[in-house]
Amino acid sequence: MQPVGAVAPLRVDIAEKTFRSAQGVSVTALKDLSFEVRHGEFACLLGPSGCGKTTTLRILLGLEKDFTGSFRLPGGEHNRVAAVFQEPTLLPWRTVEENIRLALPKSLRQTDLDSLFQTLGLSTMRSLYPSELSLGLARRVALARAFATEPAVLFLDEPFVSLDEQTAERLRYLLLSVWSARPTTALMVTHNVREALMLSDRIIVLSPRPGHVRGVFDVRLPRQYRNPQVMSDLGRSFREKFADVL
Amino acid sequence: MTLREVNSENQQSQSGQPSHDRSALAQALTPALTVLISLVGLFLLWSLAATMWPSRAFPNPGQVWQVLVKDTVSGELPYHLGVTLARVAASFVLAMTIGSVIGIALGTYRRADQFFNAWVILFLNVPALVIIVLAYIWFGLNEVAAIGAVAVNKIPNVVVTMREGARALDPRYREMAQVYRFSALDRVRHILLPQLQPYFAAASRSGIALIWKIVLVVELLGRSNGVGFQIYLYFQLFDVAAILAYTLTFVAIMLLIELLLVQPFERHATRWRRRPA
Repeated sequence: MQPVGAVAPLRVDIAEKTFRSAQGVSVTALKDLSFEVRHGEFACLLGPSGCGKTTTLRILLGLEKDFTGSFRLPGGEHNRVAAVFQEPTLLPWRTVEENIRLALPKSLRQTDLDSLFQTLGLSTMRSLYPSELSLGLARRVALARAFATEPAVLFLDEPFVSLDEQTAERLRYLLLSVWSARPTTALMVTHNVREALMLSDRIIVLSPRPGHVRGVFDVRLPRQYRNPQVMSDLGRSFREKFADVL
Repeated sequence: MTLREVNSENQQSQSGQPSHDRSALAQALTPALTVLISLVGLFLLWSLAATMWPSRAFPNPGQVWQVLVKDTVSGELPYHLGVTLARVAASFVLAMTIGSVIGIALGTYRRADQFFNAWVILFLNVPALVIIVLAYIWFGLNEVAAIGAVAVNKIPNVVVTMREGARALDPRYREMAQVYRFSALDRVRHILLPQLQPYFAAASRSGIALIWKIVLVVELLGRSNGVGFQIYLYFQLFDVAAILAYTLTFVAIMLLIELLLVQPFERHATRWRRRPA
């Protein structure tokens, strides 16, 4: 039996977010940004660099308080959020497993993480320190940490940036397999169209700064049918629709 | 992990296994051996100099050793040593606790720092002797005044070091902790303290050295026991051998504390750092 709030969408209505630089110049990062991510949906926030994607995530994560507008996270009372940041942000002085367990709420601290470690290929690395991991592995640990908390909503901020394409692709598949085993409402920031087409149910395209929704691209096709041929067709129609943005 | 990485790790563990024990033992002994040889050298130099210029004011190691043994057997040396060590420990704990709290607060709140910075500079520059004398005048010739005066001398140094540490805190870890809703205790234990550890180590290193020197002055001026008091006594008797005996014993004990307590603790606290290959 799910609580009522659990099936609620992620609803975002940010009227304005302005940054004031040290010289006193104010820059409007976001203006009239509203969108919705349905329950259990994987959405991507795509846009040119500097359009306020990361700022949007920071607002939703509660790290930026100074903005006008509102947002509502799904999940009701159990509204745990999880985030995978641009950098893995693991505590260097704690082992892989400690890093993950520390992020868990008290009630889940002793939970069995074996299958999660298994899926992400981290079983043999539980007792390593983050400095002993490659960037790709550290990213996997960050993914494991996010999924282990069983969040009502998951935010990912370009989690595969600065990896070689082969590793990034491998991680995208890993992300998909963990996510399908533990489906949760997810919002991922990216500027990689192919990545967005591969992973998401819908792509929310942002305009250049000040960021607002330029359009929405629904990828209705189930993920298992998104082979290279289909992906390039999807890519073409996406580019036709949003030629001015990219 | 790529296949290549797995392979290279396997090779490392295979080649590292057989010679592991011997090289580990040698590695552990080399620093100790170096220290020993260098100390023996200093000892020889001292004996040589004392034989070349024999004087009551410049005893040779043998004479110092005799005093040391005599006072140890009589129980006088261990008593005064214990008293001084207790004072060092009390002032150290006091100074580190108060200094860290103030330092972290100043490093975190800019406005507070701007206001109190002048105070910190003032206290940094008040001579130790002035603080000791004032403490004895205001609070009397007692233990509280003695320990308090030493702590007050050390606190500004701790404040400055810990303030740097708090300024260098990485906001990303704080944000991560906020997103994952770490409890206050977890934030202190797993986010704050590990980041401050190097600064804490630096402050305690320089702290112990400074504190024990000031404790001797405090004892000389206003206490009737402790190493400082004994040194003052032997100064009046012009007994250099006894002065050296007390000093060397105390230095030896501080060295032991460094080797047996401070360094193992530091190794434990920094075990996560990547070791040089």
